[in-house]
Amino acid sequence: MSLSMNLDPVQNLPAAVPPSHMQALHPPALSHAAFLPALLATKIFQSPTNIFAPEATPAQSIFGLSLFVLAICGSVFLVVAGLLLYAIIRFRHRPHDSDREPPQIYGSNQVELSWTVIPVIIIVVLFLTTTRVIFLTEHAPRPKDALDVTVIGHQFWWEFRYPKLGIVTANELHVPVSDPAHPTPTYLTMESADTDHSFWVPSLAGKMDVLPNKVNIMWIDPEKPGIYLGQCAQYCGVEHAKMLIRVYADTPAQFAAWVAHQRSPAVIDPAVAEGRQVFFHNACIDCHTIQGTAAHGIFGPDLTHLASRDTIASGSVPLTPNNLRLFVDNPANFKPGALMPPMHLNDHDLNAVTKYLLSLR
Amino acid sequence: MSSAVAIPHQPAEEWTQPSRGVVGMACLIAAESAIFIIFVVAYIYYTGKSLTGPTPRQVLDLPIVATVCLLSSSITVHFSVHELRLGKVSRSAWWLAATILLGGIFIVFTALEWYKLIVHDGLTIRTNLFGTTFYSLVGLHAFHVLIGLLMLSLTLLFALRGKLTQHHAERLEVLSLYWHFVDAVWVVVFTVVYVLGR
Amino acid sequence: MATQTSAPALPGQASAPGGFFALVTEWVTTVDHKKIGIMYIVYALLFLVVAGVEALLMRIQLAVPNNHFVAPETFNRLFTMHGTTMVFFVGMPILFGFGNYLVPLMIGARDMAFPRLNAFSFWISAFAGFLLYFSYFAGSGLYGAGTAPDVGWFAYAPLTARVFSPGHSTDYWTLSILLSGIGSLGTSLNIVATTLCMRCKGMKLSRLPLLVWLYLVTSCIAFVAISPLTAAQIMLLIDRYLGGHFFDTQAGGSAVLWMHFFWIFGHPEVYILVLPAFAFANEIIPVFSRKAIFGYPAMVAATVAIGFISLGVWAHHMFTVGLGPGANAFFTFSTMVIAVPTGIKIFNWLATLWGGNIHFATPMLFAIAFLFQFLIAGLTGIMLSASPFDWQLGNSYFVVAHFHYVLVGAILFMIFSAFYYWYPKMTGRMLSEKLGKWHFWLFLIGFHLTFDFMHIPGLLGMPRRIYTYEADRGWAIWNLIVSSGAFLQAIATLLFVYNLVRSYFKGDIAGPDPWDAWTLEWSVTSPPPSYNFATEPTVESRRPLWDLKHPEDPDTNYE
Repeated sequence: MSLSMNLDPVQNLPAAVPPSHMQALHPPALSHAAFLPALLATKIFQSPTNIFAPEATPAQSIFGLSLFVLAICGSVFLVVAGLLLYAIIRFRHRPHDSDREPPQIYGSNQVELSWTVIPVIIIVVLFLTTTRVIFLTEHAPRPKDALDVTVIGHQFWWEFRYPKLGIVTANELHVPVSDPAHPTPTYLTMESADTDHSFWVPSLAGKMDVLPNKVNIMWIDPEKPGIYLGQCAQYCGVEHAKMLIRVYADTPAQFAAWVAHQRSPAVIDPAVAEGRQVFFHNACIDCHTIQGTAAHGIFGPDLTHLASRDTIASGSVPLTPNNLRLFVDNPANFKPGALMPPMHLNDHDLNAVTKYLLSLR
Repeated sequence: MSSAVAIPHQPAEEWTQPSRGVVGMACLIAAESAIFIIFVVAYIYYTGKSLTGPTPRQVLDLPIVATVCLLSSSITVHFSVHELRLGKVSRSAWWLAATILLGGIFIVFTALEWYKLIVHDGLTIRTNLFGTTFYSLVGLHAFHVLIGLLMLSLTLLFALRGKLTQHHAERLEVLSLYWHFVDAVWVVVFTVVYVLGR
Repeated sequence: MATQTSAPALPGQASAPGGFFALVTEWVTTVDHKKIGIMYIVYALLFLVVAGVEALLMRIQLAVPNNHFVAPETFNRLFTMHGTTMVFFVGMPILFGFGNYLVPLMIGARDMAFPRLNAFSFWISAFAGFLLYFSYFAGSGLYGAGTAPDVGWFAYAPLTARVFSPGHSTDYWTLSILLSGIGSLGTSLNIVATTLCMRCKGMKLSRLPLLVWLYLVTSCIAFVAISPLTAAQIMLLIDRYLGGHFFDTQAGGSAVLWMHFFWIFGHPEVYILVLPAFAFANEIIPVFSRKAIFGYPAMVAATVAIGFISLGVWAHHMFTVGLGPGANAFFTFSTMVIAVPTGIKIFNWLATLWGGNIHFATPMLFAIAFLFQFLIAGLTGIMLSASPFDWQLGNSYFVVAHFHYVLVGAILFMIFSAFYYWYPKMTGRMLSEKLGKWHFWLFLIGFHLTFDFMHIPGLLGMPRRIYTYEADRGWAIWNLIVSSGAFLQAIATLLFVYNLVRSYFKGDIAGPDPWDAWTLEWSVTSPPPSYNFATEPTVESRRPLWDLKHPEDPDTNYE
């Protein structure tokens, strides 16, 4: 299946947050490790999903630890590789060497003891530092103003429910920014409706698996408003590659507006009545929900405010009339293997229902 | 180039190494133990986690007779090996027959138990987690018992046809090691499934 | 050493009519450990080429974003088949093949302890490989890329359940690995029994060549590691065919349980793959440094320690599953601890080189590259062992780069080294040094182009097992570089295969001991007679041939 030629360009999307320069909470442990972030800030390493450009506390804790680990590993490499290089140069066979074998050294207790003890010490230090970060992140005390979101992984899209706010949406996660003085992190309670997935937004936190029959909890607290990108990180089937995540960190005002909008009932626009008919007389309602209507399906994303989103097909395609039409006609145009079947609508109905869906702001 | 490499220093000391058969069987037992451990772990992990259906307490009875038979068969097979070492083939064959009989009784009791569970209690491998883990673990063990019985029967057949001799004592011992292993596994399965799991 | 004026009659050179059929029958029915070893190796090389092609296809697809070279379903089958083939039908057979060939020779025995079991193990493994690839043809036929499995080489549940993977593709995966596991267990049993029960006179365990020690430990790991996978496969089959619920999350089953069972196998498995590479290094590095291995007892102790600890690190593959901080901390600890004996080995090799007289023949070139590359692989492993760091790096291309660094940079490089070193013994001919050096340098450059740069997309957030990626992620340039290196490696490998074939007919005659080495296999002709040794050797030290060549300063004075 090839992509349609009418795909609208990605540039029309709101820009993702560019990786920031060095906002580490923990300064680099050793001076020569500081070249790494400087290197990574150069253009060639620009990426919205750079793990060394943290924008939230969990990612920042990991970043601090990673610098320490890199410094130790880098030092070990320089020493050992240096010795290896020296050995193969200094002790290479030269043409004028005699045929006598070199002195046979079978071992040395002192040397062997020292290169056992030193690595043990390094390991102990590394382990203690690491354990501290493990407990810091996994047992962080929960502030009382934290937001709760339930994340449900599906093949191949993300469902987001805000239980205390009565909101259900898909693929685009809106969270409030968190001010360090008065933290309002978002706690994600994660479960899967089918097989294994993993929720990974590198600039905000490490990944956490989203599994059936096991509830996992993680938290994020972005400080700057903007869009943070990620995607599913556990192979879950055919379209694992296109199970993208978009996290919208909103200012308090933006977030309140978004919440109010999402809680409002579905738009009923008489101009698209015909498309509405098409929707409700086809199998659409078996899989999709539109709040306040007869559509209560739970197998596909909630469409109540579909048109308020920037993308469809789990973040892989911008939401434009053309793309939406192509997707409804046959999801395989963008995601062959997506579980939504082609609806086999004629052109007339297809145009109508597309207009209807676009009215669901 | 000469293929005898030697710097004669001392007179050759006695050079003994373990028996191949025993080492080979020990390796097989190690591998099989690992398989059983995984099934036991699954059984223990899923204890009490079934969403529906009969529980162990409701349907399992202690298989005392079967257990006694199986564990006694370890004793009989031991004597069989012992007699064969001494060259007493027909006595060895009798002990062998006793082993097979006791093992056969164990299988019959297992079959009766499964019949009761399936037909009367409605517990099959697909009923719930208990059913899945029970039949898998007990079934895997019963399968190993059957293989053992087959090997023992073949040996008995050889004995009856006069082909079994004192020279085969070590091979019979290797087979008996397998049989002891199967019994040891039963001790674990019995404890986990019928004692602790209920 | 006596030189030979003409190549000894090699089995492959029968030319009389009826000779071909007799030849095939001889190889198919053989129980000779040397022939079985060679069959394992040739079989593995065939699959190396196949799995390599699978890799190339994937790299073409990933070279640019939003590519349409292969369909998503095809890509998913490719990475599943590539991983499964490389681990089970390249890595295991080639390493068991070398073990089969060398262990009896190095301990002065005539054959393995159970020759028929040896043959059975080979043929069941061979059948397993063909069964896996038969999946491409079974079911839907040749169009639509067949029904090869597409669940990934570790086949996480519940993706493998009937409902998510209908048809039989997953079953081909399950059955072929089950059978291959039986073959591996048979060979491991043989290696242990042979090593413990059939050593020649005087070869106490403390005089065992290090290669044999490492194969002994590898085989012991195999018993306790392969069985959990066998058990899990049986459970999966029960789920798929008998309605069982082992991994059925809807019935209360656990997806995490499969992960535990798989990785209890999976992590020791990679030690089963790497210890033979260490075994080769232990034989090759001393010979080309002209020095005994430094610290033999520590090497043995480190190997045994690695064997034990490797059984306790498995959940470092599960840091993101949510096992809790206690479990995460424990497995971080055990994984870091295993770095100590592994580091000791690297230091011992360094000390062996130190003060030596290093000859850079092709086997040594590969061995030296192995040392640097294994060091790097180990260090990226340490990075991954810090579980918070793994929460970012795990399941990304950083992990893919790390394990390919071990599998290719360490293991495959040492396998190449072993080929150049022991091919003369197996065939009586030397491999071409000139072609060997071309092979080495081309492969080295290709390897580093691919796998050094592959770390970067991982650091930039690229997960693994994706058939394509967005253009705005900043991953495109790195993927292009990675893909280019793959082609260099392919060319180098083809050159190597050409070297193998050409040298068989045109290579220099090797003689029994072309490298001036010190272990027993170099005391017999090249290739050895079918009975290996006319009379059972007697040894008095770890390097019996050194003692013969240096009667004024034998090793027995120092052990």
